[in-house]
Amino acid sequence: MTGKGVVVSILFAIIFYAAALILVVGLGVKIAQYARTPAPLKIPTTPAPLTKGGVAFRLAREAVVFESLFKGNKPLWIFAILFHFGLAVVLIRHGRYIQGEIGPLVALVQPLAIPAGLAMLVGLLCLLGRRLVIERIRYITGPSDILMLALLLGITVTGMFMTKHIHTDVVMVKAFFTGLLSFQLRPLPDDPLLMAHLLLVAALMIVFPFSKLLHAPGLFFSPTRNQTDTPREHRHLCDWAARLEGKGN
Amino acid sequence: MAAPFDTPELGNVDERRIPALKPGAMAESKPYVAAAAHQEPLGFPGVLEDGWEAKAIGHMGELLSKYRSLQVFMDICVKCGACTDKCHYFLGTADPKNMPVARQDLFRSVYRRYFTPMGKIAPSLVGARDLTKDVLDEWYNYFHQCSQCRRCSVFCPYGIDTAEISMAARDIMDRIGQGQKYCNEIIGKVHKIGNNLGLPAPALLDTLEGLEEDIEADTGVAVKLPVDVQGAEVLLVTPSADFFAEPHILGLIGYAKVFHAAGVSWTLSTKASEAGNFGMFIGNYEQMRKISLRIREAAQELGVKRIIFGECGHAWRVAYSFLNTLAGPWDFLDPRYPVPQHILEFTNDLISRKGIKLDKSGNDGMVLTVHDSCNVARGARMGDKPGGQFTIPRAVIQASVPKFVDMHPDTICEKTFCCGGGGGLLTDELIELRVKGSAPRMEALKDVVEREGVTHMAAMCAICKAQFTKILPYFGHDREMVVSVHQLVSNAIVLGDND
Repeated sequence: MTGKGVVVSILFAIIFYAAALILVVGLGVKIAQYARTPAPLKIPTTPAPLTKGGVAFRLAREAVVFESLFKGNKPLWIFAILFHFGLAVVLIRHGRYIQGEIGPLVALVQPLAIPAGLAMLVGLLCLLGRRLVIERIRYITGPSDILMLALLLGITVTGMFMTKHIHTDVVMVKAFFTGLLSFQLRPLPDDPLLMAHLLLVAALMIVFPFSKLLHAPGLFFSPTRNQTDTPREHRHLCDWAARLEGKGN
Repeated sequence: MAAPFDTPELGNVDERRIPALKPGAMAESKPYVAAAAHQEPLGFPGVLEDGWEAKAIGHMGELLSKYRSLQVFMDICVKCGACTDKCHYFLGTADPKNMPVARQDLFRSVYRRYFTPMGKIAPSLVGARDLTKDVLDEWYNYFHQCSQCRRCSVFCPYGIDTAEISMAARDIMDRIGQGQKYCNEIIGKVHKIGNNLGLPAPALLDTLEGLEEDIEADTGVAVKLPVDVQGAEVLLVTPSADFFAEPHILGLIGYAKVFHAAGVSWTLSTKASEAGNFGMFIGNYEQMRKISLRIREAAQELGVKRIIFGECGHAWRVAYSFLNTLAGPWDFLDPRYPVPQHILEFTNDLISRKGIKLDKSGNDGMVLTVHDSCNVARGARMGDKPGGQFTIPRAVIQASVPKFVDMHPDTICEKTFCCGGGGGLLTDELIELRVKGSAPRMEALKDVVEREGVTHMAAMCAICKAQFTKILPYFGHDREMVVSVHQLVSNAIVLGDND
C-alpha cells in the first residue's frame, strides 16, 4: 500500500464505521420510539383483518407489493415497484462484498445485476420526472425530496458504471469490506468512481434515520395498517388511558 | 358571512377529473372561532393568550408521545402524492392545501422545526417552519376543511390518516384558546342537557309522544317510543337529530317499528339522548371518554342488557371502535351480543331469521342507491366479517325496496366520498366548502340518476342526512331525495304479526 492508499483506506474505514453506527443507532432509537409510543385507540382503516395472521398478511402485501399504492396510483406504483425491486436485487447481490463464500441467494440474483440496476435507474428517473412535471406533485415536492432522488441516482449511476464500463477491482473491494467486518484494515482500489459510490452510500446510511427513508420501518408501526379489527371483542387500553380510569373521573 | 360562490359543475364520473391547482382558493374559508363561553366549560382557555406558541409546541410534544399514529405519520410520509387527488375537498375546491399531504404538511412543517434534527439545522431544506400567528391561522382554516373521513388513508402506501393529524391540530388549538365554536358549543350542550341539539328531557318526551300518535294514526298500530324504562332489554342510543330533523325522524320511526314487530323491549334514555360524540372531532380523548361514560351510566341505571346505536356515521366509529376502550368493560351486559350493536345489524339479523316481514311494495316507485358514510365505511364494521359495513346496509335496503343500484365503484364502500359535511363542519358559515366538497358524491349520484333512474339515496348517518338535505337543491335535486335506511324499512315493514 502506498502512503496515499493507506490514508484513503483509513478514511473510508472511519466513514463506514461511523455511517454504520449512525444508521444502526439512529434506526434503533426511532424504532424504539415507535414501539414505545402507545396507540390509545383502535384505528385500523377498515375493512381490516380480524386476526394477527391477517394483519401480518396485510403488512406483507403492503411491504412487498405496495397494495394501497396500487389502489391509489397505477403509474406511480409501477415506478415504485421498478425502483424498489431493482434495489432489492442489487442489495442482495452486494452481499458478495461482505460474505466470505458467496451464498445461494447472492448466486441466484447474480445474472440479474444489469436489469436490476436499469430498473432502479428507470424507476428513479420516472419518480424524478413526475416531481418536475405533474403540477400537484411539484407543489408538494421540497428540496429534500429532490436531493434524496439525486443521491439515489448518484449511487445507481456510479454503481452501474462500475458494473458495465469501468470495472473496479472487486476482489480488493471485497477484501476491504470483509476486513472491516473483522476489524482489519485492507486497501481499497484507488478508483475515483468507487470512492464516489461509497461516499454517496455512506451519506445515504447517515441520512436514513433522519429522513423520510423512515417509511421502511415506519410502515410496520402504522396503526391504520398493523391493528386487528377487534375492538368489541377485546378491550384495548393503553397505560395512560388506564391511568385516567384510576383517577375515577 | 359566506360570500356568494358558484356551485361546481359536475363532470363524468368515469373520467375522474382532477382539477388544476387554484392556490389560495379556500384560504378565507373558516368556521367561527369559539368564544370564551364555549371554551371555558370544556376546560380550555377562553382566548388566545400571550405565550401560546410555547404552549402549542409543548402540547404537540405531549401528543407525539401519547399517539403512535401521530409520531409515525409525522416521520414516514415520502411525499409520493398518491393521496393528492383523493380528498373530496380538494376535488371540489382545487385548493392545493386541501390535498391530504399538503394539509398534513401544515402540521409536519412545525413538527420538523421543533422536533427533528434536520428541521433545526436546515429548516428550508426540509420545509420546516416556526409556529407563527400566520401558520396558526392557516391551521385553523385548513384543519377545518378536513372532515376526518379517512379516504386518503386508504390509498396511502403507509396508511397515513390525515384525520389523526387534523384531530391533533384541533386539540392543540383548543388548548391555546383557538377552538371552533360549532363543536365546542355542541359538546357543552351534551354535558349540560344530554344531547347535541340541546333538547331538554320534557321536550324530548313531548316529541316522542307526538310521534307515537302519528304512527298510530298512520298504521293503526300502537308502536311505542319508550324513554327511561327500567329493565328494558335494549338501550337505543341515537343521534338527537333523529328526534326532530327529516329524514332522520322517519328512520327513528323505522327503529321503533322494528323493535315493535320483533317484540323486543327497548328504551331511549334522557341522559344518553345523543349518539354523536364530538370529542372525536376535536381530537380530545378526555372529552370523548366523558361523553361515552354517559352511555355507560345510562345503561347501568336502566339495567338494560344490550346497547344498540341508531344510524350515525362518526357515532358508530366511536361506538364500534372506541366505546369498549373509553367506557368498557361491558361485563354487566348480555354477553351473547356484541357491545354495542348497530341498529342495522339488529334489523338485518331479524330479516335473515324471518323475525320481521318486509313488503317491498311499501316503497313502490322508488329506485335506491346508498351513500356509504365515511366513518362507517373506513372507521368501523358491522357484523362478524370484514366489509359487513357494506353488505349489511345493502341487504337491508334490498329487502325493503323494489330496485337498488350502486354508484360508481370508485365512490362506494371503502372508497366512498364524504358527504362534505362531516367531522365538525356541518355549520352554515362553511356552506361553500360543504357544497364544493359534496361535488364528487353528487357527480356519482348524477350518473346513476341518469343511467339507472335512481330516485332516492339512502344514508345511515345523521350528518350525511342533514348535509344532503341542505346541498341537494344546489345540484338541482329535491331535498327529500335523501332517505334514512330505516325509513325504507319503516315503509316496508309488516306490523301486527306479534299480536
